[in-house]
Amino acid sequence: MSEDLHEFALTVNGVTHDLAVPARRLLSDALRHDLGLTGTHVGCEHGVCGACTVLLDGRPVRSCLMFAVTAQGAEVTTVEGLANDDDSLGPVQQAFAECHGLQCGFCTPGFLTTITAGLRDNPTPTHEQARDMIAGNLCRCTGYQNIVKAVERAAELSGEQR
Amino acid sequence: MKPAPFRYHRPSTPAEACEALAAELRDGAGAKVLAGGQSLVPLLSMRLASPPALVDINHLDPAAGLAAIEIRPEGVHVGALVRHADLLASEEARLAQPLLAQALAHVAHPTIRNRGTSVGSIVHADSAAELPAVLALLGGSLDVGSVRGTRTVPAEELFVGPLESSLAPDELALGATFPALADGAGVAFAEVARRHGDYALVGVAALVSNDTVKAAYLSVSDVPTVIDLTDVPDDDLGEAALSRLDPIGDIHATADYRAQLVRVLTAKVVREARKAR
Ligand SMILES: Cc1cc2nc3c(=O)[nH]c(=O)nc-3n(C[C@H](O)[C@H](O)[C@H](O)COP(=O)(O)OP(=O)(O)OC[C@H]3O[C@@H](n4cnc5c(N)ncnc54)[C@H](O)[C@@H]3O)c2cc1C
Ligand code: FES
Ligand code: FES
Repeated sequence: MSEDLHEFALTVNGVTHDLAVPARRLLSDALRHDLGLTGTHVGCEHGVCGACTVLLDGRPVRSCLMFAVTAQGAEVTTVEGLANDDDSLGPVQQAFAECHGLQCGFCTPGFLTTITAGLRDNPTPTHEQARDMIAGNLCRCTGYQNIVKAVERAAELSGEQR
Repeated sequence: MKPAPFRYHRPSTPAEACEALAAELRDGAGAKVLAGGQSLVPLLSMRLASPPALVDINHLDPAAGLAAIEIRPEGVHVGALVRHADLLASEEARLAQPLLAQALAHVAHPTIRNRGTSVGSIVHADSAAELPAVLALLGGSLDVGSVRGTRTVPAEELFVGPLESSLAPDELALGATFPALADGAGVAFAEVARRHGDYALVGVAALVSNDTVKAAYLSVSDVPTVIDLTDVPDDDLGEAALSRLDPIGDIHATADYRAQLVRVLTAKVVREARKAR
């Protein structure tokens, strides 16, 4: 049996793409394999690690726990969509660079998307809130200290940009 | 691993969803409802489940009201498309029944809560999940629909086994009702997990009113379990609860450790629920 393909438009980082994929195509795979947006990483593929986190209509969600067809009609933002309009690093990316918030970088796209949304909801987090903001994402390298610093630095940078 | 192929239905009304569920059951093994996917998609990806079809309810017409939280005389009514995050953020829901927010803060992480539905978590009937225990403790109910019509299932008839609810395979849950906090009653929730946001090793919710003391347990038995602790002296609460529970041991915690958590947490939540009155 050949599998039915579903044809639909998927909006990622403001660009609308036409897709024809089986219903079982995970959003993470559609982004990486069908659209070539390999910034979104896949670690555990069952919702635990957070590497695949993207923004769906601005809210962080696990792209490995969603089918691409379900994302039809929504605005998806991936790590590729977090840079400033002139292609310079966005505030959260800049803060990660400054604070040494990554080592291998595998987990980073998920942290960047999560923190971007977190700071939008709470632009001036306390240290405790900064820790809380990243509690659902795993990193095997950094020990998290510099990621927490990066959250606080990103809050400063976003404040300056406003 | 990736999910096995399935037929995909995307109804725009609850009636269409029920039609699709009924048709799939008539023609074969039946379909699964896809709500937030936060429990179902991992099961599909690990191929622990491979239903021939999914009925995706995420695109139902908002006019059907399934994404609404309503404060009704009988309690907080939560539609099937209300995400955990929305229920947790609802000030009205928190005022009507504070136990909801207390428990929801322990359900996974914010990112999972953005997608997972509160009703989905009840249908999923995981005895390690917070909301089934809350619904059971409060004596709430679930509204379900099918091509045969609608019915209301009380919580005590809902949770029949591990990951098993009493819904028929072609029934769609429409919404859950969590009774409001009565005057003079108090509630409290506590759990111990390896990391905040992980499934609890043991969780306990308490409801204290003028003449009753009750506690509900998650991660202790196969199904969420409610125990009546009315008239039990404070010092005996933990032992009284344990006399009616048989904590299970697994890779996450031994049975003895769970028993100890039952003792400590029972005393704690009953104390806090009294204080909250
Ligand atoms: C990393 C991680 C950690 C988690 N930690 C917790 C936790 O600590 N506590 C907790 O409670 N949960 C936890 N969850 C699960 C989460 O709360 C789920 O969202 C919830 O259990 C299921 O809701 P859902 O909307 O995602 O349902 P789905 O995954 O879409 O569905 C789950 C099951 O319910 C059925 N179903 C769903 N909605 C309906 C409906 N309206 N009618 C009929 N059937 C329906 C589906 O067919 C399926 O069988 C965690 C999940 C992840 C990925
Ligand atoms: S790959 Fe999605 S959470 Fe790990
Ligand atoms: S930087 Fe390597 S996993 Fe986080």
